[in-house]
Amino acid sequence: MSEILNMQNIVKCYYLDAEEFTVLKEVSLKVYEGEFVSILGPSGSGKSTLMNIIGCLDVPTVGKYVLADHDVADLDEIELARIRNKLIGFVFQSFQLLPRLNALENVELPMIYARVAPEERKKRAEEILERVGLRERMKNYPNQLSGGQQQRVAIARAVVTEPAILLADEPTGSLDQKTGKQIMELFEDLNAEGRTIIMITHDQDIAGHAKRIVNILDGRLSEGV
Amino acid sequence: MLKESIKMSWSNITHNKVRSFLTVLGVVIGVSSIIALITIVQGATGSITSQISSLGADKITIQAVGTRLKQGLSEADLKQLAQVKLVGGVSPTVSGIATLVKDSHVETGVSVQGKNETYFKKETDIMAIGRGINILDVNDKNQVAVLGSDLVKDFFFGINPLGQKILINGNTFTIVGVLKASSSTIAGSTNKLAMIPYTTAMKTLEIGYIKSVDVYMSDSSKSVAITNDLTTVLNTAFNYYKDSFNVINMQNIINMIGNITGMMALLLAGIASISLLVGGIGIMNMMLVSVTERTTEIGLRKALGAEPAQIQLQFLIESIFISLFGGILGLLLGILIALAASILMNFTFILTTWTVLLAVGFAAVVGIIFGLAPARKASRLNPIDALRHV
Repeated sequence: MSEILNMQNIVKCYYLDAEEFTVLKEVSLKVYEGEFVSILGPSGSGKSTLMNIIGCLDVPTVGKYVLADHDVADLDEIELARIRNKLIGFVFQSFQLLPRLNALENVELPMIYARVAPEERKKRAEEILERVGLRERMKNYPNQLSGGQQQRVAIARAVVTEPAILLADEPTGSLDQKTGKQIMELFEDLNAEGRTIIMITHDQDIAGHAKRIVNILDGRLSEGV
Repeated sequence: MLKESIKMSWSNITHNKVRSFLTVLGVVIGVSSIIALITIVQGATGSITSQISSLGADKITIQAVGTRLKQGLSEADLKQLAQVKLVGGVSPTVSGIATLVKDSHVETGVSVQGKNETYFKKETDIMAIGRGINILDVNDKNQVAVLGSDLVKDFFFGINPLGQKILINGNTFTIVGVLKASSSTIAGSTNKLAMIPYTTAMKTLEIGYIKSVDVYMSDSSKSVAITNDLTTVLNTAFNYYKDSFNVINMQNIINMIGNITGMMALLLAGIASISLLVGGIGIMNMMLVSVTERTTEIGLRKALGAEPAQIQLQFLIESIFISLFGGILGLLLGILIALAASILMNFTFILTTWTVLLAVGFAAVVGIIFGLAPARKASRLNPIDALRHV
């Protein structure tokens, strides 16, 4: 299996009032195509910072980061935007759907920035919504959907561009246990179809749905349960 | 991409209807006051200049004060003036006050003007009935008169005045024509005038010199050259005596009024554009609020791959939309105000293309200038902070 993500000795520092905080301390991580990895850690462990760097929302202070053969450690803002659009599919805890767009239009959003033609956009969005079981809900607005349905729309939006990595940040954090379990099953199915998934969570049970668990504590990674 | 941005902008504008309306209102007030003021000033200018033109844009008026020895122009001077290049005719006016008597009806203090045949040839459409003064009347100093309509009413009510006799300062005149009733202009009305041949007037009213002459130009575009030539003749006539005469060129006066009102229009538009500036600040304020409200949306769009320029474009389109919409509404409102004013104040309504372009262009520029700062702010938001924003 080919390597899709390779982080070597990533360090991330923040400065607050001239004081230096090192949030990530020489983090190294390799993820291969088709893996389902959980990054498990309590709040304050640096897992959000790690997620931001994996998701190309932020750049490391020191270190090398190769994502699907792109060296993304020192890209500028515009290049990072293009990488995010092409290689990352985000799923957030609070879904982050735009309230004034219906399910279909929300799913079309990343394809607009990828400059996909309108007819093609619509076709692909419909297909993917059908895949996540929202065939009947395409014209509904977010406030007409349940939490679980909204998260399905968000997942559809994340995978519609065929990204290298599906990056989920506490995807079940706003859902009840039963709905959360269904969402996790959807992730497992998507993984079975060959999608690479990285999930950040503080919940041991949720992390257990992944094939591989990476622990993060105080800015350092360790493999295994 | 552009289409989606326009769609999103429209959705945002219509979502906050009241807020968008109030913001648009600021631009509407600014643009409509500019349009209304410019159009009203242009209309008023038009009616003033057309009034002046009706006094004769093809005519140069000479007012001769004269010198102590020579208190006006002589008939020989008149012939000299008539021979100036591009002069199509000269019409002297000899004015005096006389007493008119018909039977037992006496009117004192009546204005009497001595004219020549040129006046009646050049000023068409002034006769109601009868004939004007002709060249024989002038040469033979005939005692004939053309009366204004009010005088006819006073002396010959219910009688055909033509052929009737009237006494002017004790001399018997035959009435040969009646002037049309005219509305009073800046130059006054002819309704209470009696016109007689100027040669007769000089004799009857005992006036030795001609004080006023209208010179008709055969080519009014050469008015400056003609004015210069006339001045040369007059200088010779008065021996270069200072301030002995005035040459009044109507075209010059019209140009001068045009300049003054043009300046006034600019000044008023300048004042009105202050309100447009305030409208622009309103747009900026609304857009800044909108950026803050939509911080998470901006963060999400960035996470999904929106480039800073794309975010900036979306917000810029929104502010341009608002200001253009305000500009078009303001244009319509301004036209309505100017139209109402033109009816109330009785002048012609003129709408020029550049007024329309000015309004719409100004509105678009305001939208870009005042939308740029909020749009840049939006495009520079850090997606991590923006997504965390609740």
